[in-house]
This record gives sequence, structure tokens and C-alpha cells, in this order.
Amino acid sequence: MSKIDPENINVILATDCGSTTTKAILIQKVDGVYRQTHRGEAPTTVEAPFADVTMGVVNAVTEVGELSGRKLVDDDGRLIHPANGTDGADIYISTSSAGGGLQMMVAGVVAEMTAASAKRAALGAGAIVMDVIASNDRRRPHEQIQRIRELRPDMILVSGGVDGGTTTHVVQIAELIAPAKPQPRFGTEYTMPLIYAGNKEAAKLVADVFDESIDLTIVDNLRPVLERENLGPARDAIHDMFLEHVMAHAPGYDKLMGWTHAPIMPTPGAVGNILQTIARLQNINVVGVDIGGATTDVFSVFDEVFNRTVSANLGMSYSISNVCAEAGMENVLRWVHFDMDERELRNRVKNKMIRPTTIPQSQEALIFEQAVAREALRLAYIQHKEFATTLKGVQQQRTVGDTFSQQVGGQTIVNNMKLDLLVASGGVLSHAPRMHQTAIMLVDSFEPEGFTTLAKDSIFMMPHLGVLAEVHDKAALEVFERDCLVYLGTCVAAKGLGKVGKPCFSYTIKGETLNETGEIAFGDLKLFPLGPGETAMVTIEPKRGFDFGEGPGKRVQRQVKGGTVGLILDGRGRPLALPEDMVARQSTIEKWVEAMELYPEMQAAVTA
Amino acid sequence: MAQAYTPGLKVTNRTTHRTKRLLPISGEVLVKKGDHVNARDVVAETFMPGDVNPLNMSNLLSMPPADVHECMLKKEGDRIKAGEPLARTKGIFGMFRTEYKSKVEGTLETVSNVTGQVIIRGAAQPVQVKAYLTGEVVEVIPKEGVVIESEVTFIQGIFGIGGETFGPIRMACKSHDQELTAELITPDMKDAVIVGGARVTDEAIEKAVKVGAAAVIAGGMDDQDLRDFLGYDLGVAITGSEQVGLTVVITEGFGDIHMAERTFKLLASREGSDASVNGATQIRAGVMRPEIVIPLSEEDLKSETEAHFEPGQLKLGRPVRVIRDPYFGLIGEVSDLPSEQHVLGSGSKARVLEVKFDSGETALIPRANVELIEG
Repeated sequence: MSKIDPENINVILATDCGSTTTKAILIQKVDGVYRQTHRGEAPTTVEAPFADVTMGVVNAVTEVGELSGRKLVDDDGRLIHPANGTDGADIYISTSSAGGGLQMMVAGVVAEMTAASAKRAALGAGAIVMDVIASNDRRRPHEQIQRIRELRPDMILVSGGVDGGTTTHVVQIAELIAPAKPQPRFGTEYTMPLIYAGNKEAAKLVADVFDESIDLTIVDNLRPVLERENLGPARDAIHDMFLEHVMAHAPGYDKLMGWTHAPIMPTPGAVGNILQTIARLQNINVVGVDIGGATTDVFSVFDEVFNRTVSANLGMSYSISNVCAEAGMENVLRWVHFDMDERELRNRVKNKMIRPTTIPQSQEALIFEQAVAREALRLAYIQHKEFATTLKGVQQQRTVGDTFSQQVGGQTIVNNMKLDLLVASGGVLSHAPRMHQTAIMLVDSFEPEGFTTLAKDSIFMMPHLGVLAEVHDKAALEVFERDCLVYLGTCVAAKGLGKVGKPCFSYTIKGETLNETGEIAFGDLKLFPLGPGETAMVTIEPKRGFDFGEGPGKRVQRQVKGGTVGLILDGRGRPLALPEDMVARQSTIEKWVEAMELYPEMQAAVTA
Repeated sequence: MAQAYTPGLKVTNRTTHRTKRLLPISGEVLVKKGDHVNARDVVAETFMPGDVNPLNMSNLLSMPPADVHECMLKKEGDRIKAGEPLARTKGIFGMFRTEYKSKVEGTLETVSNVTGQVIIRGAAQPVQVKAYLTGEVVEVIPKEGVVIESEVTFIQGIFGIGGETFGPIRMACKSHDQELTAELITPDMKDAVIVGGARVTDEAIEKAVKVGAAAVIAGGMDDQDLRDFLGYDLGVAITGSEQVGLTVVITEGFGDIHMAERTFKLLASREGSDASVNGATQIRAGVMRPEIVIPLSEEDLKSETEAHFEPGQLKLGRPVRVIRDPYFGLIGEVSDLPSEQHVLGSGSKARVLEVKFDSGETALIPRANVELIEG
């Protein structure tokens, strides 16, 4: 890896090797600013018969080269570096989730404390957490050992005890793992990496428990005291082990690692990286979601605290049947404004599960799929809120004034009223035929309160920018602002509940292109045109009991951003409730569909 | 662009099929290159380390962890029987001793000074790998397994449950569009691979389990029937480990759907032959589909192979199956491959193809919504 001088970087090539597709983007300096100029993609070639990830990379990069007129691959199939005239790129970087991504098992002493911190560290590093083993997870020791034997993780993270605290319980956890002899996914040659990030005084004792079948790395305690987490060293160790062990065993990655100018990052880890960077630099709270075929990732940064959750088995193709089972078909169908045959739908869901690459051909199929998406997103966000909490086990000092507002540890830090930016990515959100559909899916499932800007990741560029931020944050930020995000607009939503049809709030909108005043009744939704790049000053006068961020009934004035959808005034209240009665519900949904201009042309068949 | 890649399911009367049979951990390969093996033959075996039984001896005998070692009556590596004393406290002047008798049989693996935990490992468990495919061993992977090759009739299904099984093919339906109902399953179908036509009902599967059939193959199945049979709703399509009494393979999809006529005829032509069936389905990267493999006899080998297309190429005239509503399950052939994107009824833009159905009607279908019938 050569040293990078940011000043001399004019052409950046980045790839993301996904499970099925390898996506390449080209970033170039245009008029002094970095812009994403071209993109290409090709099937990932990590599995037989190719078994060499670099083939997919070269194919995707070749497509970018053809589109941009820049020769990026030489005649020997190697990436050209550095840029010279119309050839090559100055730096090449990559992320990867091929081969199922990074799969980890984590363990800690207390499920709600050190084990939770270990899980946060693993998720934050971009891993899929297969299971969490803890002394108090209600499984008996032999059941825990059996479980460890069944799992085939890529690596294990063990935490436990604050520094100077329990050693016995930590060693006990190690004594469960050692005899289980966990088997790795890749080959018999692979030595299982295990990162120990617990009580530093127990490190030696833990090391004594393991034999040569485990490759042990000891890092700083991720919970040195109950009041503080120190996830950085564990996350860094996970990334190092990911490169040294997991990547090195994936076909072609040894070659790919020799090509990149920064360490390859797990894709979700890179997405988390860019969102944290944006939140820090713009001083905002952000939630990002990536809904895929098998899983849904939710990322949040509230008051600079980053959290990520992976909802395994909540997705739109491989996991669509699981979404319907978990949410219940009645909850999916509540978002559909016409009658559908449930038996028929259940068969359709299963057919999508077994043939995951199909796309909705009819409007009816699209509406159903978007209904499923709302439920998948809603469930994933609930899981995220339950996970993203203040630290548990922390002693709190209280005064007399706290008597009536006693908060215990472990409260969620996700606060929809404080949320500034909600970013969507993933097929069903990114490729919806109308962005209005994307916006309403976000609003219905995340239920933002007060003023929230809505955006989508244009071409799923966040992973590339996340790893770029590690080596050239200026370029990453410029591209994120200009090319990565497509602003949909702003949602202004009332928190509180009222009677349908009664006044909820009055509004005044003042902008260059939009000047409106009026009143929104409870249960109503209104869309105003406010295009990309436009802004407006919105003043809200809530009725009693409704809150927009300044407290119930308090006036709020904010500048809002426009976008491809516009300005949404949402008087449906929070938490969002739909009528119980089916006829009333369908007519309510139909009203919202019309207000949001979701499906303007109901076409039944294919039109040329 | 005249062709595109759309993977499909393989249905062929004759192909050279290879299967890799590997142990989960290193062990012994029992056959050698060139050997002829039968599907039920064991080709490799090994022993998995036994179950682990942790005992917190410190708590059990109420003593500090550091003292556990000297109270143990067995050393690390010693065998121990159930009921045999494992540890005994020193008591007071040799009196009031407390003893712990092992409840399990195994080998004493470790005794921890830190936690007082004692680990007893149970007897090693044998793991055997069967040939699964009747054929010739063409490669031996030392300590891991073998590769077996055979000339077979090969049919991939779209979805299955249950693992590997074997049995002779028995046709229960007369045509590819006949529903497989319970009354068509008879007691003489014990150990057989029963082939239906269209949808198989839950009652029919239950009856097949009752008569002791090895497997049921059908065109389709209702999601509700699958739930009733399994007793739970399947969330993700990762199957193969179900212990439900038999293996089920559906060839087309969920709902009222006929088996492709060609598949049905092919199975009918092999009636009476021994088949190896695996319901394991894994729809993820590295997709795994259920399969029916029927090794060909000497007699069959003399027959000609059918003409077939290059795999994976979407070309004019190729048979395709529509795999999404509103035309779900219909079979036709590619009649046009327009290169430009079309706006679908859903409002999305996608590349499409024109399919001419058996009825003579044509329709434009997104390319993502068809699959080739490969052979």
C-alpha cells in the first residue's frame, strides 16, 4: 500500500463486492470539486466456477472504463495506477460483503452489559452477529456449548468484566468456548480468530484456557468501567482479523488486497463510517436504512453516538416470507387500499422467496410489495430502537426533581423528534418507480416527528464513500453532498393524537417558489411542491396536545429543504394509527395515496 | 442484443453428473478411485468429538475453585462411568466428606483452577457419508471424501424440504395437470419416490408419510398446506434438515400449478428406476436447489441424448417458464427480445421479452420474471 497524498488525487476508483453484484464507481475532480462521474457493475465472481473476486472487479471496472472513455484496466487485467492522462486512477479502494459478509459470535458476562457492548462493537464493525453467549442468557452451559459447536463463525469476540472486576465469570465463558472447538466456515486450515476485549486482569487466565486451535488477540477492554464503552480497539481488531483471516481465505482476495490503497472494509462498516462522518461534520442526528433481499441494516447517529443493527431475516426477497410471518399478514395488508385474496398472496410471497430476483410487473404487485417493505422497515426500526440504548448497569445520581421523571439505564437513545436526516437505500426504496413512494414508505415505517429531511442514496454509493472517508475525507464529503444523496424533501409531522377531522396545526410556508398558509386536520396528509435545491421557511402553530419539537402547542419555525418529492405536512399524528375497520382503513389509505400522488397511472398491463 | 443470461432449472434425460461427498471434519475415506459404489454405500467416516458436560465442581462441593484439583478422584484424560465417584472433599479430620458421583459417562477433559469447572467429554460420535449417487469414484480427496460420477437423468426442483433419500420412481398421477390427492397414495408405495402432477395436498403428503414413502415430487403446493404439514410458517428458504418423515420436492412453485409436461414425461419414462432425491434448498448466494437424480442403466446408456441448448442463454425459440404473476406458471417460448427498456404496469422501467404461450397468445414479460427450462 503506497502513501496517499490527498492533494495529488484527481481520479478515484472504488468498488463494493457484494454477494451477487460488484459495483464500481469513478470519482473525478471536475472544476476543483470531486464528483462521481461513472458507474458500472458486474456479477460477483467469488463462487465456483470462477472463484476469484478480482474477475468481477475487473469486469465492473472495465464497464466504468468503457463508459468514461478512460482506460482503467491494462492488457494483463490489472488496474492501472496512478492516473496518467486518460489512463488509470490515482487510488483504488474497496469494500466487501461477498460470501455472506463477516459472521461473528460474541460473548460477554452479563447479556445486558458487557455482552451488549460486545455486540455493539461487532455490529459497528460491519459484522452479522450469529449469537450472543452470556452467563445469564438463560441457557444451561451444555446448551451454550452445543450452540457454539453448531455455529460456524468467521471470528469470535469475547468481553466480560470491567477492569479490576470479575475474572471468574470471564474465564468461565472462555471455558465454554474452548471445549466447543468452534469450526470456521472456510476450510480446515483456518485457525479460528478470537478477540478478547474484557477485564484486562483476566487476559492471562483466558489465554491459558485456549490451545493452538484458537488464534487469540488481546485488546483493551471494551467496557473498562460500567459508565463507559471503549469500542474502538475491538472494532479495529475485528477489521484487522477480517483482512488477515476472513478475506485471506475468500477466493481472490489476497490479490485484491494487493491492489487497494486502503484496507478493504466490510460493506456495512463503511456505510456506518460515512454516516458518522456526516453527522459529526454537520452536527446533525441521522438514521440510515439499507433494506436488502435477506436483511435490513439500520444505522443511527444521535448526539454523536453511533449504533448499527442488522435485522437478519427481514428483507424483500429471500426473507419476504419471514416479514409476513413476523408482522402478520393483517399488518401487511393494512397498507393496501383494495381487497386482496390472502391465500393467493401467501403463495405469491412464497414464490418471491424461492425466486428472489423477480420484479413486480403489475401495479397491484408493486403496492403489495411496498406494503411488505413498510412492515420490514417498521420491525427493523423497532429492533434498532431496542438495541440503541444508554448503557445498562450504570449507577445514576438522582435529585428530588427527578422523582417524577425517573429514567432507568437502557433507555433508547433514538429520538424521532431530534432526527434531522433520514437516508434510504436498498432496492425497494431506491428503485421505486416514483420517489413519492419511497418517501411515504419511509414516513409510514419510521414515523419521523417534527422536521425531518428525507433522502435516498442514489446508487448505493455510501459503502464506497465510507472507505474513501478513511483516506480522503474531503473527496468523500463532496461526493456525498453532491452526488450520493438525492433529497426527496422534508416531512413535517405532528406528534400526538386527536380526533380525525379536527384541527391539528396551521402552517405558513414562505419561499421563493412556494407561499402557502392553511390548516391541517388530524388524519390528513398534504404534499407541496418544493423542488431540489429549493428551500422555504415553514412556521407551524400546533393545536393543543400536538408537538413539533418545542413542546405541545408551541409554535415552531424552521427552514426546510425541497427535493424530488417536495414538502410533506403530516397531520396523521404519532404514533401512527390506522382505523380498525377494514372499509374505513381502506378509504383512509386511499385518501393518503391520492394526497401523496403515489400511483397516478394505474395500469394493469405492460405498455410499450 | 439477441441473447441474455437467465438461469433456469435443469431438467435433462441424460447428463454426466458429479457429486462431491465430504466429511464435516477430517476422517477416513473407505473407497478408492475407480470403485463402483451404490447410493446407500458409506464412502467416508469419522468421529466427531463427543458432547461436552460442564460441571461446576466448586459449587457442587461448596469449595473454593483452587481446591477442586486436589479433591478430584480422576485425572485429566481418565475415563469415567456414570455413577462413579468423580470428586470427594477432604472433610473435617477425614469425616463429613462430600462426594460427587458422575451422572454421565465420558472422559475427564479439564479441571479449572480459576472457576472450579470440570469438563467431561462424552463418547465420540460416528459420522458417516453415503455415496448418494450410484456411480464411479472418480476422485478421492484424502481424509475428506470423494467425487462420484455417473450418467443420470437429472431434474432440479424449485423448492423442497427434507434431506437425502432413495427409492424407486412411482407415478401416482396420470398426467402433468392432475392434482396429487390422498386417495392416489397406496400402501404399496412404501419406500417409493411418488410422482404427482399438479398441486400436492397436505392430506396426500400425510398419507405418503403414513405409508412410509421415501419422497413426494409434485408440480406445486399451497403455502397453507406446507404450513399445516411442517407445523410452522417457513420464514426463509433454507431447508433440508427437517425431520418430517419424508422428502418433498416441488418443481414449479407455490399454488395451483401444473408440473411442466416435459418434466412429468421424463419422470414417467424412468418409472421403476432407483432415484436419489434431496429436498435441501438454499436460496442465498451459492444457491442450492432440490434435485432428483436417476442413474441410467446400461440399456439406457445406448439411447441418444436429447438436443439441448447452451445453458443460460436466452434466445429466440427457447422454452421459458414465467415465474411471477400475472402470468405465473405459464410456459411458452421466447418470440422476441427487444433491447430497449419498457415501462411496466407497475410504473417501473425494465428490459422485457415477448413470450408466445402454448395457447398462441403473446405477452411482454420482464426478463427478471422468466426462467429458462434447461435441458
